[in-house]
Amino acid sequence: MKNIFLAFATFLLVAGCANAPPEDPLEPFNRSMFSFNEKLDNAVTKPVAKAYVAVTPAPVRTWVSNFFGNLQDPWIGFNNLLQGKFADAINDLMRFVFNSTLGIGGLLDIASEAGMPKHDEDFGQTLGVWGVKEGPFMVLPLFGPHTLRDAAALPLDATATSPWTVPYANPIVHDEKARYGLSGMKMIDGRARLLGLERTLDEGTLDKYRYMRDFYLQQRRFKVLDGNMPIEYDDFDNPDEGADNTPQNPGGEQ
Amino acid sequence: MTKKLFTCCLLALSAFFAPLAAAATQAPDELVRKVTNEVLTIVRSDKAIQAGDFQKTLALVDEKVLPHFDFRRMTSLAVGPGWRSANPEQQERLIAAFRILLVRTYSNALTKFRDQTIEFKPMRDNSGDKRVRVSTEVHQSGAQPIPIDYALEQTGQDWKVFDVIVNGASLVTNYRGEFAGEVNAKGIEGLIASLEAKNKSLEAGQGGK
Repeated sequence: MKNIFLAFATFLLVAGCANAPPEDPLEPFNRSMFSFNEKLDNAVTKPVAKAYVAVTPAPVRTWVSNFFGNLQDPWIGFNNLLQGKFADAINDLMRFVFNSTLGIGGLLDIASEAGMPKHDEDFGQTLGVWGVKEGPFMVLPLFGPHTLRDAAALPLDATATSPWTVPYANPIVHDEKARYGLSGMKMIDGRARLLGLERTLDEGTLDKYRYMRDFYLQQRRFKVLDGNMPIEYDDFDNPDEGADNTPQNPGGEQ
Repeated sequence: MTKKLFTCCLLALSAFFAPLAAAATQAPDELVRKVTNEVLTIVRSDKAIQAGDFQKTLALVDEKVLPHFDFRRMTSLAVGPGWRSANPEQQERLIAAFRILLVRTYSNALTKFRDQTIEFKPMRDNSGDKRVRVSTEVHQSGAQPIPIDYALEQTGQDWKVFDVIVNGASLVTNYRGEFAGEVNAKGIEGLIASLEAKNKSLEAGQGGK
């Protein structure tokens, strides 16, 4: 794993000097990595996720999703704390406590039903709130689209939301095979929930790399700002009218 | 006798005006809620749609959803500044091609709908605004809710959707980057040709899953 990151960092230094548009300085590299990930997905991840959906009843898949989702909540809460959103942080911690106990180890998401909504936070967003610039867009092997900032936060985010992967003398899961099993299961669960999305990208766009990139960047910025991001709509049918903003939804808080 | 006739006239009149009145007072958030609920009820109960019957989904979208979308506005937003340099005939072809592309994408997404639930967020007082944003959230177990907003504009009496915003990303203006790239490289005609070719290639492989 470390070797991959090292090789990748070296590559970035080289690739950064190449000719590419300013908003996407790593575009040539990103495009090839995008298609590499796509081939890998077609060959391995997608078929496995499809098989998983085919053989597993829907309620069981929901338990699996809930189980991995529950293990994210402490980290989500911690990031809310780091961003100064104390009420949200308490909500997230309560979620974890409720779902881990009454929700049978996180299999059931009773906290959502009890009015404690699930939040969407990670350390990349926290860095963004702290004012760290997002840096160039990059497509990572296996891990997909990221900004440099989010890629830097990724090892921490990934470990904190998958506690069984903590290196060295892991106190939670002793058996190495069980650890790989959990990681694999989490990946399949995540992929299974996105099945069908690749078809939307394939059929709905002329240049899916570009659409995916712009979509990713827009929604990342939206998350960092917790929804307080206006979209500007120009009127191209009426040249006299300038750009203006659409009214924001009242409940901008995510 | 006159009284009876009068009542009859009144009834006939009210029957005639009631739908008009209902249409005029259809608030944008009510419209989104009504259409969403209607469509999802059908999708949830229709085995053919769930099994991926594309033509049936398309027919549903065509009947229930499309009348509430402003495709001219959407296309101009997706094309961006290049829209102004397109002549009316080119604009019509762009609208037609983009419409097909969007409808296919939307219908595809619809067939994936299963056990998710939709929460409609309360809208702030918008009286007087010509443009509003109606917020919803899609809930699914084990995952963060996905915010999906609809941007609507009032044209005449009707409210029409001109953008759908998923997780803060505008599905319409998100096309601008790739469309602008196409226009810069091959001109407006090039963009139209690419869209039409895309639609054609997908039409060929359509019908099944």
